[in-house]
Amino acid sequence: MTMPAWAERPTRLGASVKGLVLALIVAAVLFPIYMVVLTSLSTQEAVSKAGGLVTVPGELSFGAYEQLFAGGVVTRSIAVSLGVTVVGTLLSLSVTVLAAYGLSRPGSLLHRPMLFLVLLTFLFGPGMIPSYLLVSSLGLIDSYWALILPTAVTAFNLVVMRAFFMNIPEEVTDSARIDGASEFRILWRIVLPMSKGVTAVIGLFYAVGYWNAFFNATLYLNDNTKWPLQVVLRQFVLQGQSMFVGQTGDTAIGGHALPPSLAIQMAIVTLALIPVLVIYPFVQKHFTKGVIIGAVKG
Amino acid sequence: MAAPDHLAVERSTDAGPAGSPAVPGRPGTTRRRAQERAKHGSLRSRFRRDWQLLLMTVPAIGLLLLFHYVPLLGNVIAFQDYSPYVGIKDSPWVGMSNFQWLMFDESFWDATINTLSITTFQLIFYFPLPILLAILLDSVVRPRLRLFIQGIVYMPHFFSWVLVVTLFQQMFGGAGLLAQILRDHGFSGVDIMTNPDTFILLVTAETVWKDAGWGTIIFLAALAAINPHLYEAAAVDGASRWRRLWHITLPGLRPVFVLLLILRLGDALNVGFEQFFLQRDAVGRDAAEVLDTFMYWRTLLTGEWSYGAAAGLVKGVAGLILILIANKVAHRFGEQGIYKRS
Repeated sequence: MTMPAWAERPTRLGASVKGLVLALIVAAVLFPIYMVVLTSLSTQEAVSKAGGLVTVPGELSFGAYEQLFAGGVVTRSIAVSLGVTVVGTLLSLSVTVLAAYGLSRPGSLLHRPMLFLVLLTFLFGPGMIPSYLLVSSLGLIDSYWALILPTAVTAFNLVVMRAFFMNIPEEVTDSARIDGASEFRILWRIVLPMSKGVTAVIGLFYAVGYWNAFFNATLYLNDNTKWPLQVVLRQFVLQGQSMFVGQTGDTAIGGHALPPSLAIQMAIVTLALIPVLVIYPFVQKHFTKGVIIGAVKG
Repeated sequence: MAAPDHLAVERSTDAGPAGSPAVPGRPGTTRRRAQERAKHGSLRSRFRRDWQLLLMTVPAIGLLLLFHYVPLLGNVIAFQDYSPYVGIKDSPWVGMSNFQWLMFDESFWDATINTLSITTFQLIFYFPLPILLAILLDSVVRPRLRLFIQGIVYMPHFFSWVLVVTLFQQMFGGAGLLAQILRDHGFSGVDIMTNPDTFILLVTAETVWKDAGWGTIIFLAALAAINPHLYEAAAVDGASRWRRLWHITLPGLRPVFVLLLILRLGDALNVGFEQFFLQRDAVGRDAAEVLDTFMYWRTLLTGEWSYGAAAGLVKGVAGLILILIANKVAHRFGEQGIYKRS
């Protein structure tokens, strides 16, 4: 407790109202997630006893996940999503780090026009139809690259990163430069190790973007065997509960007996949640430090 | 990685002319000195010095050019009767006729009105929430508890729209938790997810759930930047908690608030595409058609490319004008805006 001496003591009423409001807000975020995960882990009996989503833990089982991972649409879509996320994030992060460093020294050759080119993209998007025409004329329809390349560089991320690099005192890099280190080496050996937080945050932004990508996939992928998880989630959970039962009958899930369909649906939702839930706590502590300094200065 | 002695071998010859002598004792001169130094010298010597920086920037610039600027050129099809079989080069030019059609297209105006109503509604009922939440969070004194709550409320920002809409459907849909509870207590079930009359409330609630927490981050930074001595001095002078909030906290948040307001106004024609795309079928066109979904359904799906490009161009140009106006207004009120006057 670090209350300054001049501050009034909080009244008991004020403190409890505040506590209640905060508790409600936290519950509003966590409760739906809890219910979804719990339902995905429940047996058919538990689900039908609850008459829908399970709120009180009953009999638990991994049946839904076993069914999903037996092969078929969902397994494949997870592989697609993971692949696109890993490749895309690596590409985006490399390109962004390089350009952020390349643009971090005002007065270097072509610095102003290139920076202007980046900043101008804030003012207008490329437009849905011309983008589609471009992607299709590049022959990227039904290619996973269509999910990566058009969104590979985000001007916002680039600008945040650049602002962070510009805050590193020039004295730090100057000595290495006098010793004859190349710019690539300075970036790799000096600047990046000093920028772990911001790199983690920008990496998370990109990764989440790729993992969550939905519309580009519906737009650019006609071949439904290439669908990423978010599209599968929409098709089977959001769009039609009966459609899913039809899909389980054939090869989609493998020829097993039908597990509770709601549990399977919630298992798909959970699988879409998990990567975010797992990576997020490691990056969260860098948010204020890494992002805001950059955002406010940029 | 290259061996460490690589450092010593490749002596740099591109240091350029020596910089002007440093002014001692003044912070911030280093950067300026570097800038002055950088601008000297012939093009060739600058290239010799900066080629590596250029090389590093090329991939990003290339991607932005290809996927942001080249499609801009593709907007010429708005003035054509474009057919993918013929290509841009040989498609017939039709002047402004696509735009004329658009101006008399009722569904286009319906989508525009929907978009603007949703923007206005969210400006009133969503936009102030992150500030309130930030002030509330800022008043949590115990640092670990605060970090924990922040971590929780930021999280939904990283969920996809498919996920958020699915969660809402599970809570409030026809087979969702709320309907289930109501039925258990003898009421008739409700289905908020398919009701066009309450759709604007629904999308705002979804936006609040997903982004209000994340929206606090910038206000929390602004709150942290307020000089604590101001609070102390005010308290010593007898200002109550609420007066300090009114006279110190809120003015401290004003620049960020205005900045975000401008950005939002400039973005008035964008309400987020996926959220509406996902729910349009359930509630119907009348309530859920916004400009972006209009473009998708009216054109991409039916192959009326030129018409869609015309709608996109109108939206893009209108958005640009909005952002310039909003920024101008900010300057008039003495705020910084998104870019500085120069």
